[in-house]
Amino acid sequence: MLKNYSETNSILAVITKKENHDIVFGGGAPIFLVENNQRLEELSMLIARITLGMVHDLGNNIKIIVKH
Amino acid sequence: MYKYGEMFIVSFFSGFIARALMLRIDYRQFPSFPQSYLIHLSMGFIASVLGSLALPVLLEEEFIAITFITIGAQHFREIRSLERDSMEKLEETELINKGSAYIEGIAKLFEARNYMALFTSLGTSIFYYFTNLEISIISAIIIGYMLHIMMKGPHISDIADVEITALTIRGYNIGVDDVIIMNVGEKAAWEKWKSEGIGIKIIPKDENARATLANLGQRQAIIHDLAILMGVKLDKGMEQFTPLARLELDYGILNIIIIPQEPDNEFIKEAIKKIPVLESSQKKPLKSIMGKKAAD
Repeated sequence: MLKNYSETNSILAVITKKENHDIVFGGGAPIFLVENNQRLEELSMLIARITLGMVHDLGNNIKIIVKH
Repeated sequence: MYKYGEMFIVSFFSGFIARALMLRIDYRQFPSFPQSYLIHLSMGFIASVLGSLALPVLLEEEFIAITFITIGAQHFREIRSLERDSMEKLEETELINKGSAYIEGIAKLFEARNYMALFTSLGTSIFYYFTNLEISIISAIIIGYMLHIMMKGPHISDIADVEITALTIRGYNIGVDDVIIMNVGEKAAWEKWKSEGIGIKIIPKDENARATLANLGQRQAIIHDLAILMGVKLDKGMEQFTPLARLELDYGILNIIIIPQEPDNEFIKEAIKKIPVLESSQKKPLKSIMGKKAAD
């Protein structure tokens, strides 16, 4: 674990489509690969609610969950 | 009757009434009614007793009694930390924090108001001693009013202009004008921002105002008060709807994005203008020669 890691303002999870697997990989946060756009929305919303975080969209169907 | 009975009663009541008149309940609901109210009234009571006793004990040449006033001052200082502690504890129960600068400002105000009661009483007793009852009552009103005016800080309307604009929406990024403030990745939240969100521009009038608005505590206070006055569609776990304030760096314009419950532009504008400028956030670079020259 990183020395100054804090739960806030760090990436808690990455949700992306399967075809982005070569762009998004590794790292400290769990990565969720989904089939379609609808699932992408649904899953990112759910994780954000559960972690009390917020969804950010990085473009190219990559969404991250960050708690501020 | 006690030799200085009438003097004491007049000066005590002038101090106490001055304190009581300052205890107003407004939209902030602070101090809360009735418990906090009673606490502050009784502190005001002690302050005005101290103030009105100062002159009689001096006249009686009981100089040792003056030390009681210092004990009183010590006591009033505790009020500040008491208020601060209680507000800091309540901070976690707020959806939008007051911020430490606002808390400190309120706490300081409550301490200062006790001194105000003390000085009103003291001043009245001095006037009573040298003149008569009528003049001392009039002077009590004047002293109380002057101290009240002196303690009144500026409002946002004194340092800045307010404009309401539509949000700038570029893809998933939202902001005001060219300042991107938030990236909302959730479709439903993004649509809500698009349909109900508004942007607010607070444009500083001069360099002093610019430095003041840049203060993080001042920004937090503006958002907090605005959320109370106009309501905000927000809940725990709904971080995507948090109102945010960010600076436009070139002109120091403070941009706020918010989803108000009452989307009435005219009143939102009025509400912001009434928000106090915090004592601790006020900066006056124009008062220095360097600041003045550099601003030209």
